[in-house]
Amino acid sequence: MIELTVNGTRHEVDVVPGMPLLWVLRDELGITSPKYGCGVAQCGACTVHIDGKAVRSCQSRIGDVANKSVVTIEGLDNRDQHPVLQAWIEHQVPQCGYCQTGQIMQAISLLQRIPKPTEEQINEVMSGNLCRCGTYPRIRAAIHAAAARKMAEK
Amino acid sequence: MGDLQRISRRAFVFGSAAVAGGIAFGSYSGAAATMAANGNPLAASLGPNSVTFNPWVEISPEKITLIAQHADIGQGVGSAQVILIAEEMDLDPGQFEIRFAGPSPAYFNTGFKDEFAPFLAADQSPAAEEARAATLEYLRKTGLQMTGGSSTIPDTYEKCRVAGAVARETLKATAAKRSGVAMADIRTQSGDVILPDGTKIPYVHLAAEAATIPPVLDVKPREASTWRLVGKPMMRLDIKSKVMGELKFGIDQKVDGMLYASVKLNPAKGQPLQSYDASKALKMPGVKKVLEIKNGVAVIATNSWYAMKAVAAIDCKWAPSTYPAEQAGHWKVLENSFKPEFLGKEWRKIGDVDAALKTGKLVEAEYRAPYVAHQPLEPLNGIGLVTDKGMEIRVGHQSPQFVQSVAAKAIGLKPEQVTFHNQWTGGSFGHRLEYENVRVLAEIANQMKGTPIKLVFSREEDFIQDIPRQIAIARHKGKVENGKIVAADLKLASTAPLNGLLERSGVPSKDPDAQLAAGHWNVYYDIPNFRATTYEARGLSPSTTWRSVGASTAGFFTESFIDEMIHAAGLDPMKARIEMCAIPTYRRLLETLAEMSDWKGPLGNGKGRGVAFVEAFGTPTAEVVEVTATDKGIRIDKVWVAVDVGKVVDPVNFENQVQGGVIWGLGHAINCELTYAKGGVQQTNYNHHEAMRIYQCPVIEVRGLENDPKVRGVGEPPVPPAAPALANAIFAATGKRIREMPFNKFIDFV
Repeated sequence: MIELTVNGTRHEVDVVPGMPLLWVLRDELGITSPKYGCGVAQCGACTVHIDGKAVRSCQSRIGDVANKSVVTIEGLDNRDQHPVLQAWIEHQVPQCGYCQTGQIMQAISLLQRIPKPTEEQINEVMSGNLCRCGTYPRIRAAIHAAAARKMAEK
Repeated sequence: MGDLQRISRRAFVFGSAAVAGGIAFGSYSGAAATMAANGNPLAASLGPNSVTFNPWVEISPEKITLIAQHADIGQGVGSAQVILIAEEMDLDPGQFEIRFAGPSPAYFNTGFKDEFAPFLAADQSPAAEEARAATLEYLRKTGLQMTGGSSTIPDTYEKCRVAGAVARETLKATAAKRSGVAMADIRTQSGDVILPDGTKIPYVHLAAEAATIPPVLDVKPREASTWRLVGKPMMRLDIKSKVMGELKFGIDQKVDGMLYASVKLNPAKGQPLQSYDASKALKMPGVKKVLEIKNGVAVIATNSWYAMKAVAAIDCKWAPSTYPAEQAGHWKVLENSFKPEFLGKEWRKIGDVDAALKTGKLVEAEYRAPYVAHQPLEPLNGIGLVTDKGMEIRVGHQSPQFVQSVAAKAIGLKPEQVTFHNQWTGGSFGHRLEYENVRVLAEIANQMKGTPIKLVFSREEDFIQDIPRQIAIARHKGKVENGKIVAADLKLASTAPLNGLLERSGVPSKDPDAQLAAGHWNVYYDIPNFRATTYEARGLSPSTTWRSVGASTAGFFTESFIDEMIHAAGLDPMKARIEMCAIPTYRRLLETLAEMSDWKGPLGNGKGRGVAFVEAFGTPTAEVVEVTATDKGIRIDKVWVAVDVGKVVDPVNFENQVQGGVIWGLGHAINCELTYAKGGVQQTNYNHHEAMRIYQCPVIEVRGLENDPKVRGVGEPPVPPAAPALANAIFAATGKRIREMPFNKFIDFV
């Protein structure tokens, strides 16, 4: 049995230690916001936070995650009022929406590190997150809006 | 119409049945009658004290359900088509649930009537309209329910509003009967019928009684000026649940007691498995079973990842491909297809091209477009359960009826024994019109009778089995004289995407593939000698519909060649196009684009602009791309897009779709191709087939025009002009003419 904490809840799972966190979340725990897109850290759809950092859950072995705190979009603090999620809704960023939870988790991590990112900083940090529908202009706009909103709240 | 004479494109895409007369949606009661002609599938499963007025509206004592007949593959139609109903029913967002339609001829796609009738989109003459009306009746008879061809809004724009109006008027009639008040004195608002004394009766309280009176069919939908929702910026109904991570896609669904499966199929598409060794896989963790299926193997396990890992460890021997094993062989076949025996069709002929090309200085060029993958981010998947009674299948798909027939055929059932539940999908771009996952899921679930199976393709397997966009070569010839384009002879050889899809759907066509004419024959410049011919290569990889289909390749060829001729004539690319454009609506579109982009000719300083204009699926779209040639490569700075859709239903989603289409067109033109080696594709993940990432994404300014007398779709039309506008911009910036996709084979991008 491997123990892990997801969104503040402790779980025990009976899987091999090499299983990626993504598949523990999805198939063992039924937490489906992290998506399987590529399995090789090329798309970012599986992005979650581990100890506060954005991580590709398809590349994190469950054996290495034990005793760490995993947060998916379902477990964000103040989720209904979250400035990044609110900006994403106001700008109607999603099309198919499949990559968006990963995009949002990456953007939250970006804004934690850089409260007011430039276009170049957005490009650098968000380029690992693929969107096949082409929502990039709206992702940019939502990140700028969330940054402004966070500033205003301070 | 000038040169837009009647041209026989093809009788009808699904055969050539003789059609007499036809029912047009000429009157709204006529529309209601046409809609009712194929029955109402909701009636059979209606709960107690509930009512359904037509295939789009169901009201029970608890809730109102609006049916989305078109699949939502990210294009937002799960929202758009039900908003059209809600507008007429005086419902507010949040007052109803959305359910995807099951398979039924009641949901035949009326939107295909324009695409399938053998006329140019710009031809709205009585003869063309008559043919479209006849096509509509043919479509009703065949009952084909399909999402595709950017047809959702053209299909539902009128009928969903009529459906909503029928529901509203019938609820009012019910309330009139109950209260004794004249119907004319009753109104509706926010899900209530309101009597003259102010009494509000919620629709749900009228459901049982409404079922006892005949629906009011003689309705008149509201005037556009009174619309609350349609045409206004609205919050798409799926946005919040997608942002919150709550929306369940097909891949997120769960059924009690299910096991997980993954597959490895012959990379030589469609060919069988010869032998396999699963001894290693059987010892791997979580593995329950290894199954042999028609063209490969499947692993059943307790977790998708166990299934993927184990199936990858199976050693398979495959039958060889029926198409050339190596990519060079594919190009060779294509090169040799410009011959009479491969003629698809001469789609259009104006003047005397042969005579015109006998003398003078000719412009000649060859263009190429490779196979490309669809690869929506949600991989192919599905949940299937086979019992003695039949099969239940949960999968996101654009053709519900063909899911039934393909699954049934794979395991010896009748189509009606297959129950289909459509799912929200993480993109499609044409991928979810094909059946790889449906067929193998049926086979696996059939071998696992009684156990629900959730199938997930690995990304690699999804790439390998992705039936690609057509591969094509164009050989164009033209003549410029006295600063004018006087002749264009457009020839292209290609694989046949639509005919391939139809064959795999079980409805083969003997007609030439009309999608190869898209972007090829529908050229709206006044060129006195013009001919457009297609050749269909045989014996190559199967290919299928990829966002914008034929126009994604032909649009690149045609608009690059027009640009070359314009330059040969010493003209300005924008001004020349405007002056040559024979259709007033389209000319206005180009003028709008020139104004938006403030087009003033060459820019200098390493900057260049290119323009392209393509009509696809009836929607004219023109784009300007601006690039800078930096010392590290081409940077795409900005794109301006003008699209005429007759009516913009939702300005926010419209802009998102157009931007997405441009990004799709640019990204794949820059760096994507699928190439064959040893019978299978060499690109198996996004690092091999990347398309556009955010760092490359330009600013994209969009304008929707409403000059076209018809309401048009927008999912695909922004794609085709993107690649030629980019190639034309690169030429303007560097003097280098790129005639083959992907462009990064010839120039670097930053």
